[in-house]
Amino acid sequence: MLKFRINDIDVEAEPGWTVLETAREYGIEIPTLCFHEAVQASGACRLCMVELREGDWTKLVASCVYPAKDGLNVYTESERITNVRRWIFEMLLSECPASQEIRDMAAKYGVTSTRFAIKDPEQDCIMCGLCTRVCAEVVGVHAIATQSRGVYKRIGSPFMKPNEACVACGSCVSVCPTGAMARRIDLVRGKMEENQTNAA
Amino acid sequence: MGIANLAEKIDAKRLESSDDLVQLRREIQMRQDPNQVQIVVCHGTGCLVSGSPAVTRAFKKVLGETDIEAKVMPGVKTTGCQGFCSRGPLVTIMPQGIFYERVSPKDVEDIVEQTVKNGKPVERLLYKDVNTGEPLQTMDEIPFYNLQTRNVLKNIGTIDPTDIYDYIAVGGYQALAKALTTMTPEQVLEEVEKSGIRGRGGAGFPAGRKWRGAVQAKERKNQPLYVVVNGDEGDPGAFMDGSVMEGDPHAVLEGLILGAYAMGSEKGYMYVRAEYPLAIQHLEMAMAAARELGLLGDNILNTGFCFDAQINRGAGAFVCGESTALFTSIEGKAGEPRPKYVRSVEEGLWGCPTVLNNVETWANIPKIIDKGAEWYASIGSPNNTGTKVFSLVGKVNNVGLVEVPLGTSLSTIIEDIGGGIPGGGEFKAVQTGGPSGGCIPYKHKDAPVDYDSLTKLGSMMGSGGMIVMDKRDCVVDVARYFLKFLEEESCGKCNPCRLGLTRMREILDDFSKGCGSEQDIEDLMSLATSIQDGALCALGTSAPNPVLTTLHFFKDEYLAHIKDQKCPAGVCKDLITYSIDPDACTGCGACAKQCPNNAITGEKKEPHTIDTDACIRCGICEETCKFNAVLVS
Ligand SMILES: Cc1cc2nc3c(=O)[nH]c(=O)nc-3n(C[C@H](O)[C@H](O)[C@H](O)COP(=O)(O)O)c2cc1C
Ligand code: SF4
Ligand code: SF4
Ligand code: FES
Ligand code: FES
Repeated sequence: MLKFRINDIDVEAEPGWTVLETAREYGIEIPTLCFHEAVQASGACRLCMVELREGDWTKLVASCVYPAKDGLNVYTESERITNVRRWIFEMLLSECPASQEIRDMAAKYGVTSTRFAIKDPEQDCIMCGLCTRVCAEVVGVHAIATQSRGVYKRIGSPFMKPNEACVACGSCVSVCPTGAMARRIDLVRGKMEENQTNAA
Repeated sequence: MGIANLAEKIDAKRLESSDDLVQLRREIQMRQDPNQVQIVVCHGTGCLVSGSPAVTRAFKKVLGETDIEAKVMPGVKTTGCQGFCSRGPLVTIMPQGIFYERVSPKDVEDIVEQTVKNGKPVERLLYKDVNTGEPLQTMDEIPFYNLQTRNVLKNIGTIDPTDIYDYIAVGGYQALAKALTTMTPEQVLEEVEKSGIRGRGGAGFPAGRKWRGAVQAKERKNQPLYVVVNGDEGDPGAFMDGSVMEGDPHAVLEGLILGAYAMGSEKGYMYVRAEYPLAIQHLEMAMAAARELGLLGDNILNTGFCFDAQINRGAGAFVCGESTALFTSIEGKAGEPRPKYVRSVEEGLWGCPTVLNNVETWANIPKIIDKGAEWYASIGSPNNTGTKVFSLVGKVNNVGLVEVPLGTSLSTIIEDIGGGIPGGGEFKAVQTGGPSGGCIPYKHKDAPVDYDSLTKLGSMMGSGGMIVMDKRDCVVDVARYFLKFLEEESCGKCNPCRLGLTRMREILDDFSKGCGSEQDIEDLMSLATSIQDGALCALGTSAPNPVLTTLHFFKDEYLAHIKDQKCPAGVCKDLITYSIDPDACTGCGACAKQCPNNAITGEKKEPHTIDTDACIRCGICEETCKFNAVLVS
């Protein structure tokens, strides 16, 4: 057993656990968007940041990938953490204004408005990449992928065309934290009727 | 006769011992006559672009037609970048070392007649001192060169990078032979540790400590260990690693083999930016030649030590230079950073212990082994040993590659070696550390350039980029430029960087149009801090540096934009107006002809005027006017 502290509380973790897993075991809340037990953690959304402290030295790390270690001193709330979350939420609110889930989660952490202009009022995908990872890692078919790079990144089937590799299992829909995938699954799978006519 | 021709004369046969290497070196040197006239033409990327191949061809042609006594028949040797790219094409005539700048094919005849045949300089082609205008004959007389300590750059510009014999003649592979035959791997590792050398590619992590960690991981995990060269150099304006790979590829290779020996690695990778075809070609030639001589591959120098390396072309993204992205790219996957809380010396390529070092770091290793750790540690300052290569660009007279001991002051580099800014006066600021470095103002000109001082000033060493700015550079514009670059280069994996850089840039866009409030500056700083704290890899965490440092040192200039709607440097298009000074204008009409929007009118020989409404603020009139009559306000 590994022994360390979260928010000044003594905790124990199995070797191989992350800080996030340990915190959840103890009912300590840390917000996450890109984490799901079914797939490998990617450390992408950065909402799960926690602060490590040792004397004067402090550092922010992503708890979903940071391994539990003996002697850590972890804090899940601090000024720096709040600042990181605040800006991620403000940016997500303007980026994916159509997502009620994001609005609710942001509100829970005290962010109810954004200083940024809304780009696409219909957008609800937060680009967490859970759908692509579950499709590749769990279903094993790579029917969805991220298209383009960097700030132009989008989720979709390769070349944004309905993809024969899709087995219509719906795993992506169920892991999606915002319900965005439910609204675009047809773009990946093709419309059910069309598939049937093709088959006939 | 050039050394290149020697390759045909000396039998390329496998070297079976270090004595064989000594023997080969002696043989090469014996055939080199130190009094031999030799024409050295720079074929580095800069000079190739400014026309050195035509100069080389002209020399070959003229020499073919001239009757020179057979015994002084010179050869033409082509070298890598000699570092003074802004003056290219460069030609040096040995043995006197007469140095010519901006040589064109039509100068060649004069050089052959006067210098090659009679040993006299052609004055008009000599470098003129920036201050006195006095012509200087040799490299050693030119401050740009004689104020440097050229260590990594030493061979570049004197040897032919495509000829292994040329490298051996100047002592190449001597360090490798010494290590393999007289030192244990542990002794090599200790020497690197003692030298104190810190990584030249980014964070300045001590190389010896990294190597030690990898060896320990290898023993603990019982896995193979990989050694990797980071030659991805993607900073705009930086070309030091490219020049080293192009101009002295064997030094990088020898360093890598030495590292492999010290750490017990059998396989190495050189990850080279795809936009560096010449570097890739020269490294490939170097490896082939080294294999042929038994310096690479199985049973090196008959000592039983086996090591081979291969080249991987970069995937063309700046972020691929980041260690974890580089590894995923070599593994054949998309070059995206991985969250890294396990060090790559433990889990790098294919999950095995891996040592990734920068090109310049590797190129230093043979020198450390050859001359010893003490010699190396005596250069620079205690925690910052050795020399560092900088690429000095921007508003500076002598643009080029500069190598100085760590701890040299900014002003020595920019004002003494760089010759100051065009037109004289104080430089305004210097951006160090590449696009995600910071902007350091003139008032810190005496700051020593080393890893720790630059970090203290909010900037960083990075891989050694130095962009000099003068009063016509606007800090808001500069910060926007770097942010835009990084925004385009973000891999898009994590939220703070993918979304935050664009949002920061948008705020700066507003500032450049005169819109914004002090609250916006506060928000910008707070957002920047959240990205520093929250982004996944160092591209994101360092991206706010240019904004934060310019805000710190030049806040007034930001305020001038948003409060007074003025751009003091006269750069931000929405905040400036062009006009013509009637007293200075001669009425030549040159500007009116060039103006793309026909905004300038006036009678011949009478002062012209600019119609502000029609003016699109392209600045062409300002560039065109020979009388400095166009004013910006
Ligand atoms: C976005 C990004 C780009 C980088 N690009 C390079 C590069 O082009 N060359 C390089 O040597 N290091 C680069 N680095 C630093 C490397 O991650 C790594 O620290 C370095 O290669 C280690 O070698 P060194 O210890 O010899 O410096 C980059 C880092 C980041 C975050
Ligand atoms: S910081 Fe930027 S480049 Fe690095 S992982 Fe995040 S999005 Fe990619
Ligand atoms: S080029 Fe200069 S001198 Fe000529 S018309 Fe324009 S401003 Fe006047
Ligand atoms: S949950 Fe850890 S980064 Fe997204
Ligand atoms: S390319 Fe010739 S000096 Fe740089």
